[in-house]
Amino acid sequence: MTTDVKAAERRLGLWLCAPAAAFMLLVAGWPILYSVILSFKRYDLRFPDDQAWVGFSNYATVLTNEFWWTSFGVTMIITVVSVAFELVLGMALAQVMYRTLVAKGLLRTVVLIPYGIVTVVAAFGWFYAWTPGTGWLAAMLPDGEAPLTEFWPAIGIIILAEVWKTTPFMALLLLAGLAIVPEELHRAAAMDGAGRWQRFVRITLPLMRPAIAVALLFRILDAFRIYDNIYVLTKGSQSTGSVSILTYRNLVSGLNLGIGSTMSVLIFITVAIIAFFFVTVLKTGTPGQGGR
Amino acid sequence: MFAKKAQWTVLDLVVIAFALIPVAWLTSLSLKDPSTIADGGFLPSKWTFDNYVNVFTDGGFLQPLVNSIGIALISTFVAILLGTFAAYAIARLEFPGRNIMLGAALLVAMFPQVSLVTPLFNIERNLGLFNTWPGLILPYVTFALPLTIYTMSTFFREIPWELEKAAKMDGASGFQAFRKVIVPLATPGVVTAAVLAFIQSWNDFLFAISLTSTERARTAPAAISFFTGASQFEDPTGSVSAAAVIVTIPIVIFVLIFQRRIVSGLTAGAVKG
Repeated sequence: MTTDVKAAERRLGLWLCAPAAAFMLLVAGWPILYSVILSFKRYDLRFPDDQAWVGFSNYATVLTNEFWWTSFGVTMIITVVSVAFELVLGMALAQVMYRTLVAKGLLRTVVLIPYGIVTVVAAFGWFYAWTPGTGWLAAMLPDGEAPLTEFWPAIGIIILAEVWKTTPFMALLLLAGLAIVPEELHRAAAMDGAGRWQRFVRITLPLMRPAIAVALLFRILDAFRIYDNIYVLTKGSQSTGSVSILTYRNLVSGLNLGIGSTMSVLIFITVAIIAFFFVTVLKTGTPGQGGR
Repeated sequence: MFAKKAQWTVLDLVVIAFALIPVAWLTSLSLKDPSTIADGGFLPSKWTFDNYVNVFTDGGFLQPLVNSIGIALISTFVAILLGTFAAYAIARLEFPGRNIMLGAALLVAMFPQVSLVTPLFNIERNLGLFNTWPGLILPYVTFALPLTIYTMSTFFREIPWELEKAAKMDGASGFQAFRKVIVPLATPGVVTAAVLAFIQSWNDFLFAISLTSTERARTAPAAISFFTGASQFEDPTGSVSAAAVIVTIPIVIFVLIFQRRIVSGLTAGAVKG
């Protein structure tokens, strides 16, 4: 009797998960496998008849190409710097949202607006703001400055756009972590004479470690995929393109599916390494097991 | 006490300015008369609604907007339907694939979208899905699924399922017990997941420009990036900013209505699990 019930439960569980699993398998699983296959082929849509199996030659081409490494470096710089800023600002924002005595509800609503806004739309806002002539921010610069046409200023603006858009997301995840820290611990430490900063470093931070790790993991992987902001702000000119921009360009202007797929696979591997590092080395655990 | 409140007010204002200045700037730009658009001021010196009229009359923004609304709504609906099944199973049932399912969802959530662009481009061209609604709906559903599964299974786990049994004891049929007791309790979770899924589909740009080529399926964010102005010599700034504001309106409305749920959805899915 009980075994029958259990077997029925098992069957039902599998059936209920099947449609979602099929979707993920067909639209994410199969294409990635297909792109591994394509990455070993010469496959250029401009020369459709000239297809051949070329082994690792595409990988050699990409990995010895300076454009790939420039994009890779740019992606890394943007990822590291913007996530670092987001962590610090997000923590400050979370503290304000958690402790403010004034307009708590309003604050939590307004902070969600950057999260909700379409990235491309926000990017156009920054683009026009920094363009000489139209822009109020550009108007504050000395005459003749066009920050989006120079490498470092452009990278700075890309990071600014990224930080503005995603700090609220970081802050909300950290806010959830803050809520887990018991208030009594703070009171006890304050009685023992610990200052605000000491309490933050000794009590809040250690207890928030799982929340911080999850937030970092999510944001790092997300920042690594950066595309929309760069597309609008610089279109990848002056070597400001990320690996996503380079891959897209090989596909759309180059129509070179072989090279595009090789880059897709390399990006996927990089992301997998980052995730693996977080999950095993930092013992983050995954959402679902994390935070328990 | 008063000094403390004043301090917090100042801090709150800083945060609100941080969040709203870029939005206010874009709105202001969209209301500037074309002759004053290049004056570099934050506020318009000469106001006009022409930019809004133009994007619909000359700009051809209507079709992309319809595409965006249709594609995001259908994607959300499908993701919620399939996600609810899976989340219910994960929260309530014992079955062998449970952890694999959660792992697969996590994997997809972390997936670099650009890794799918090249293969999907080719697969969809061969299947005739390139530049069609289903061609965008398929990836949108896939990337919304992890979000809906995680958010909803967290919600479902917190529902006191014994209530269902209690209702049956009191004489309700199985379906009645489910519909009258469980559905009302589960609805907030479903709504939360739907809002998050909609925002995510509405936001997409990479698939929208890679998997479409004409107005037939191009969504609003992609269309905005292709605005060139009515003639070669015309600056598209006014049209872009007006279209940008239009695309932002639904999100702002969602945020205002569902603020609490968005917060709980984001934090529940990612931190508590």
